[in-house]
Amino acid sequence: MKDDAQRIAIPRAINWNRLQDDKDLEVWNRLTVNFWLPEKVPLSNDVQSWATLTPEEQTLTIRVFTGLTLLDTIQNAVGAPAMMGDAITPHEEAVLSNVAFMEAVHARSYSSIFSTLCSTKEVDEAFRWSEENPHLQAKARAVLETYAPGADPLKRKIASVFLESFLFYSGFYLPMYWSSRAKLTNTADLIRLIIRDEAVHGYYIGYKFQRGMETQTEARRQELKDYAFNLLFELYDIESRYTEELYDDIGLTEEVKVFLHYNANKALQNLGFEALFPPEAAEVNPAILAALSPDSENHDFFSGSGSSYVIGRAVATEDEDWDF
Amino acid sequence: MPGLVYFSSASGNTARFISQLGLAAARIPVSPKEALPELPDDYVLICPTYADGEGRGAVPKQVIRFLNAPEHRARLRGVIATGNRNFGRFYGMAGDVIAAKCAVPLMYKFELAGTTADLARVREGLSKFWGTECLMTA
Repeated sequence: MKDDAQRIAIPRAINWNRLQDDKDLEVWNRLTVNFWLPEKVPLSNDVQSWATLTPEEQTLTIRVFTGLTLLDTIQNAVGAPAMMGDAITPHEEAVLSNVAFMEAVHARSYSSIFSTLCSTKEVDEAFRWSEENPHLQAKARAVLETYAPGADPLKRKIASVFLESFLFYSGFYLPMYWSSRAKLTNTADLIRLIIRDEAVHGYYIGYKFQRGMETQTEARRQELKDYAFNLLFELYDIESRYTEELYDDIGLTEEVKVFLHYNANKALQNLGFEALFPPEAAEVNPAILAALSPDSENHDFFSGSGSSYVIGRAVATEDEDWDF
Repeated sequence: MPGLVYFSSASGNTARFISQLGLAAARIPVSPKEALPELPDDYVLICPTYADGEGRGAVPKQVIRFLNAPEHRARLRGVIATGNRNFGRFYGMAGDVIAAKCAVPLMYKFELAGTTADLARVREGLSKFWGTECLMTA
């Protein structure tokens, strides 16, 4: 009995007033302030808009959302918990527990959309489709391999950043597209909340990856970089086929691929690497960019266009910090 | 000699942009204990955005502290903001806040560490703005 008791490792009580890495508290605060639940979005306002979609467009939308649900389920149940075991600081582990839970909220949200807009039969069919779709299953498998026990913690973070910052976007494209055409705008509001969360997740996991890289030898850093680019090529290949299968009929495949390039570049930047796709291959349709960040003008004072010269727009300036 | 001042946290996106840009730039330190580097006479500030879901906390504390000094504000001629479109309408909002507070133009926004297109745009834009093309570091 005494031996058994000694074998159980008791964690040290977490002290948030003694940080090893300030980024842990910064991200914890950001994530907790951003907490939300799908009930806060009036999805039922999209019922009429949903009825204006063709049956094919409806099926596509439900399928896209079941695909996203699978990724969120993986990150909730496997990815974030696996990374908790790799955490260097206790605060990192706590942040990842928030990541895990929010992924469950995201997965839950798609079911809220379904129960508001679709019939049970349609939804059941789409879930069956997701279980049988070879491309969706292939991307899940590629990521899950790195989440397996005993896998390399830094490779796990690479795959995780690709999931958070790249793999979701073949799916996120569609609600942004509908939103740019003034359709399913409340659903788009909900998706934007998910996109915002995934951006913080990708940023944080990528940051922890960069900290981890600093402790590695030059040879090992090169190995990890090669691994990252190879995995991205593999995932891009799968994503291309997944995109073609979903979007060929509606004629959007090429536009979605540009969006994939753009997000692949951002995923690489989260890991501290340079972009892969040249800017001209990653020039996303401005309507989609505007749907991503509505009311955020494209500021280019250098171009001399009048509207970009903004001084004095009303913004939250937090006067307790500023002295003037 | 006009120049650049920037802030970049430990995640290093803005620092990577600056190193690619190839222009002399003074970094506002992450830790308040570190001394400020020597500043250019006039400068454009490049600043990342950390806004939450309500747009709060957009400007990093270090940058606010820096701008609280009147002698630093006096030389500020414009601001370039970085961010991520995934944060929706608060994309690059540090630039909007600083432009409003300091009454300087918000010159440009770009995402994360920027693209080669952003690098070219900022290089060209700054060069025109300062009316000189001899800003390249040796």
